[in-house]
Amino acid sequence: MSAKEEILARMRRALDGAGPVPVPPREYRRALDEDADVVEMLIDRLVDYKAEVHHGVDAIEAALGDAKQVVVPADLPTEWRLGRSVFIEDRNLATEDLDGADAVLTGCAAAVAVSGTIMLDAGAAQGRRAITLVPDHHVIVVRRDQIVGHLAEALPRLHPTRPQTWISGPSATSDIELQRVEGVHGPRRLDVVILGD
Amino acid sequence: MTTAFPPGRSLRSPKFAESAKVALGMPQLRSNLAHATGTIRGKRATVVGELDDWESLRDAAAAIKADVQHRMPELAVAFERKATEAGATVHWARDGAEANRIAARITREAGADEVVKVKSMATQEIELNEHFEAEGLKAWETDLAELIVQLAEDRPSHILVPAIHYNRTEIRDIFKGRMSDAPTGLTDEPAALAEAARLHLRRRFLSAKVAVSGANFAVAETGSLVVVESEGNGRMCLTMPRTLISVVGVEKLLPRFEDLEVFMQLLPRSSTGERMNPYTSIWTGATGGDGPEDVHIILLDNGRTDVLADEVGRQALSCIRCSACLNVCPVYERTGGHAYGHVYPGPIGAILAPQLEPGRHDDLPYASSLCGACYEVCPVKINIPEVLVHLRQQGPHHVGEKAAMGAAEAVMARPRLWRAALGAARFFSLPWRKRGSVRRLPWPASKWTVSRDMPVPPKETFRDWWKERER
Repeated sequence: MSAKEEILARMRRALDGAGPVPVPPREYRRALDEDADVVEMLIDRLVDYKAEVHHGVDAIEAALGDAKQVVVPADLPTEWRLGRSVFIEDRNLATEDLDGADAVLTGCAAAVAVSGTIMLDAGAAQGRRAITLVPDHHVIVVRRDQIVGHLAEALPRLHPTRPQTWISGPSATSDIELQRVEGVHGPRRLDVVILGD
Repeated sequence: MTTAFPPGRSLRSPKFAESAKVALGMPQLRSNLAHATGTIRGKRATVVGELDDWESLRDAAAAIKADVQHRMPELAVAFERKATEAGATVHWARDGAEANRIAARITREAGADEVVKVKSMATQEIELNEHFEAEGLKAWETDLAELIVQLAEDRPSHILVPAIHYNRTEIRDIFKGRMSDAPTGLTDEPAALAEAARLHLRRRFLSAKVAVSGANFAVAETGSLVVVESEGNGRMCLTMPRTLISVVGVEKLLPRFEDLEVFMQLLPRSSTGERMNPYTSIWTGATGGDGPEDVHIILLDNGRTDVLADEVGRQALSCIRCSACLNVCPVYERTGGHAYGHVYPGPIGAILAPQLEPGRHDDLPYASSLCGACYEVCPVKINIPEVLVHLRQQGPHHVGEKAAMGAAEAVMARPRLWRAALGAARFFSLPWRKRGSVRRLPWPASKWTVSRDMPVPPKETFRDWWKERER
């Protein structure tokens, strides 16, 4: 018997005689109260994670700071490529080139206010996973219409089978005495630019 | 090292009571643990308090997990089909040895003699690192706490924060002594220590050919795997190498992608006490031009189907490894994780270890005062005290205990005999009546009083009081 057949047979034996279980109750929240200000809440959470928040397309330049080499996905809107930086389109850039870049500038798929989470699903203006990981500074542009209150509102906006990265603040660790330290292996600096009111 | 367990005592040690005694004699360990668990309890309470639907989320999670257990064969096959369609190769492993052999074979076939690892309880459980070592392969831990533990040649002592038993100064000393490229003048500031780990691992991440991970969730509907982390070492391992091997316990299945809306609220708040962990990676098979091209998933049984067969005990398979139960447990806080002698310590370990390895951890269900704090914080509502009592009933009992219980049953079943016994107890305890309790009873009852006082029977029994009241 193959391992698969044997494990499945063990499972069926273990469940022999087990009756059906009730359908899971889903009485939890799926949205915030209507009067909640999701933008304000998102900003509050991001700042709590030590991310910097900016407003308007012109702020992209400030968010990039003095980054000279900035990696961008090839489909990043041209009107976002602002400032003195050199924008390098990712056409399968080598790891060394990503490591040598000062920052990366992308869009996102959705943002969740309650938890301050920005989601990337390899869709428009987001690129592949490596470009948002290797450079030490990530600038994410979030459009107002991409911000939702609750996690349950964000999931239907994601492409479930494309590679996803959910980002809640810069990389961090609490492994030493459970004290949070920002900046380990992922980008140590996270800037978020919010577009639209 | 003041907080490292003496060699041979650290893990797979036979008796909890013995190991606990060693741990209780280590003041630095107790102080580190009290500080760390206290901090995380506070953080958890704050972020859990923010959600007014926490109990509804727990109810949903418990029910989804029960559903997974009841439909495990169907969901496992569905997951395999979807993951395979998406370009992954799915393997099945009856036990740890089989999983290790498969992982080692894939590593060699990829032309590598080392792997970078994402923190994973499943690979610790099957001792993948030790197996690789024996086969001439090297597995590098990349999670900061796992790195500390690996450098110290120690064992993890907590599910989430494996180096919780070390304080910052001890960690600095481990880095200085054992990390070849530790910066000179390294301080014990957590930020400086994290920076040292970043420099130490960076080259390795960017050049690794093979990575090994576990998974927090495996979505049957889509064939996707989910890894939840903080540092970015997980993203590095899951993105940069060409080959990725994920060892996934069969209980990690979730029916639908939508179910993540429940578990991704419960897990980060329960484990690190954050609204959300910094990074969550979700991938489905292989995606051309984005991440590993050679994607393997090893579905692991290793005792889980035996746990599934126990109607009361199977709820232990609902565990999402958040470790909230460790942080609230009065026993764990005092003994630390090593005393449990298993990779899963604390309350969840006390019900998982004896079920995963029958006959080897029969004393662990007694490593609890049954206070129930673990049940209260469990995000998936595992009734740990219920399973503890269930396992105590099933486990072996000492012949003396059986004799004492048999005698008690015989006396209690006969009202006259019981009355006589109570009378005798009152009479013989007269000298201690003022003190209220007896410190030391003669053998064999001394076995009871060695760690407890024996209360003196009351002057008047309930029966006498009742009779008096009727008159």
